[in-house]
Amino acid sequence: MARFFLRRLRHTVFVLFAISLISFFFIHLSGDPVMLMLPADASAEQIEAMRERLGFDDPLHVQYLRFLGGVLTGDLGNSLYYHVPVMELVLDRLPASLELALAAMAVALLVAIPVGVLSAVKRGSLIDFGSMLGALFGLSMPHFWLGIMMMLLFSVTLGWLPTSGRGTLAHLVMPATALGVSLMAMFARLTRSVMLEVLSLDYVRTARAKGLSEALVIGQHAFKNALIPIVTVAGMEFGFLLGGTVVIETVFGWPGLGRLVVEAIFNRDYPLVQASVLVLAMIFVLVNLAVDLIYGCLDPQIRVFDEGEMK
Amino acid sequence: MPLLEVDGLRTYFRTPAGLAKAVDDVSLDVEEGEIRAIVGESGCGKSVLSLSILRLLPQPPAFHAGGEIRFGGRDLLKVSQSEIRHIRGNEISMIFQEPMSALNPVFTIGHQLTEVYRVHRGVDARSARRQAVEMLTLVGVPAPEARLREYPFQLSGGMRQRVMIAMALACRPKLLIADEPTTALDVTIQAQILDLMRDLRESLGTAIILITHDLGVVAEMADRVSVMYAGRVAESAEVEALFDRTLHPYTRGLMHAVPSMAGDRAQSRLTEIGGVVPNLTDLPEGCRFEPRCPLAVAYCRKKEPPLETYEGAHMAACWRAGDA
Ligand SMILES: Nc1ncnc2c1ncn2[C@@H]1O[C@H](COP(=O)(O)OP(=O)(O)OP(=O)(O)O)[C@@H](O)[C@H]1O
Ligand SMILES: [Mg+2]
Repeated sequence: MARFFLRRLRHTVFVLFAISLISFFFIHLSGDPVMLMLPADASAEQIEAMRERLGFDDPLHVQYLRFLGGVLTGDLGNSLYYHVPVMELVLDRLPASLELALAAMAVALLVAIPVGVLSAVKRGSLIDFGSMLGALFGLSMPHFWLGIMMMLLFSVTLGWLPTSGRGTLAHLVMPATALGVSLMAMFARLTRSVMLEVLSLDYVRTARAKGLSEALVIGQHAFKNALIPIVTVAGMEFGFLLGGTVVIETVFGWPGLGRLVVEAIFNRDYPLVQASVLVLAMIFVLVNLAVDLIYGCLDPQIRVFDEGEMK
Repeated sequence: MPLLEVDGLRTYFRTPAGLAKAVDDVSLDVEEGEIRAIVGESGCGKSVLSLSILRLLPQPPAFHAGGEIRFGGRDLLKVSQSEIRHIRGNEISMIFQEPMSALNPVFTIGHQLTEVYRVHRGVDARSARRQAVEMLTLVGVPAPEARLREYPFQLSGGMRQRVMIAMALACRPKLLIADEPTTALDVTIQAQILDLMRDLRESLGTAIILITHDLGVVAEMADRVSVMYAGRVAESAEVEALFDRTLHPYTRGLMHAVPSMAGDRAQSRLTEIGGVVPNLTDLPEGCRFEPRCPLAVAYCRKKEPPLETYEGAHMAACWRAGDA
């Protein structure tokens, strides 16, 4: 297991390096960055001064090394708009984004997995039909609309939950649910179909032939196998949850990264965009590392083969 | 009294194409300690019959349309869920054709083997482990301690089947149902596994229902044999009696289909008995074998032949039984 971990870690470092390269060039992709940053009627002197100030007159590899140094020391320059270090801005928003994504994922999985398993076990029953109909609703409901409806009900009418902001658990409930519902629906359907497949396999029949209880057959023999694809999808979805929550962040005034990035794009605040992209990509990679490790725990074949290769 | 008595069993499937009568009025019994073979072409209902005994078929689409399965004074089709669970893996065990897919890929051999002791014997983990090692030694798995920590994919096919046998015999059941236990294995490994099963029958006294489509295996292993065709018993006899004189033209066809050393198995079978097994949802009115039978006469199409006893315990379901 330790070797498997080290190998994955090495892999991760390599990917992070690749990400630093991409996010460095990202700013050069759309032409001269300085032209983008300045108003269209800027004079030649202004452009030149800006270029010099930001170091764009140096050769590319010097610029990259400087950027890489910045990445390693956590200094990616100042925001052109807020005039404070961009890392400060990003790290300030990051906990809120992580909190929301984790909460939404937790809400989704905690409901979806039991529902999906139950639907599979009771296939064709009223429970199955009902929950899959519910899942269809969950999938087709736009989450901003759900957010607004919840806000109308729980905040405006009932006054139970705060409309916006972050801080207490009460603040988290609605945005996490609004964000989690479609995921919940997706995971319920995924769990159901994966469980149905696993339950029809030979080793499940063997487990029954041994005289195990249905609880052991389903909850242990079938479910551990079904978890493998579920964890994979959960890891991917988590990445999207981190960066792709602008709408919910806006509806609930949630101080997350999504809104910061969108504002930075509108403000042409390129160092801020660059830092946000870099941090999001890093988290995405780290989440994938975590998924790989969980995967290794669940699927011995991956783990053992991997160790075999190392020897 | 026989150990197990299957009496007039009917197991049907509800399919979109109609009712599939996979097992249709099958009777057979198993004496204590005997090896009872069931042979027949693919799709004739051997697996459905054996899965019916432990009620392992998915219901729906399967359902029992009649008959009894008597074991130890009970009808297995009527006992409660908890009773049948107590019988499975404890009094009657089962092993399957594909030892790779029959073992759970994400649990160690140790987990899957000790589980049987923990469930049926209620022993603690250490004692279960000790007994598991003993059992693996008994079935000829080398370095059993190390095997316990391994996963199914780390073992060869033959080793996996030995593990399956160890699991099945862990609680010393009275009956082992082996559904084509060697079909997926290499020829040399096949012989080893069959030897092992025969040895274990001697040492533990376990009766075995051996399902196969290889009459060579039957000749070598079994005491008695039932030949199945399209969900029915076509012929049933002591092994010597059957090889001495076959009564049913289908059995004769199967015997000629025993592959010659050089011949390709599937091909020789096709040439020996022309035609295919009839559609189980749309069976002919008379004898099920009539469309393929070299001896068929007009009467065979009219009425289904019952299973009748000829000399000794030799039974056949054929209007022209014994005619050459
Ligand atoms: N789940 C099912 N649903 C519908 N029909 C089924 C099902 N399982 C089996 N059958 C039908 O029952 C018949 C008997 O199948 P069975 O598996 O018992 O054959 P078999 O004699 O074991 O063949 P083989 O030698 O290939 O293992 C087949 O024709 C099959 O179509
Ligand atoms: Mg079969």
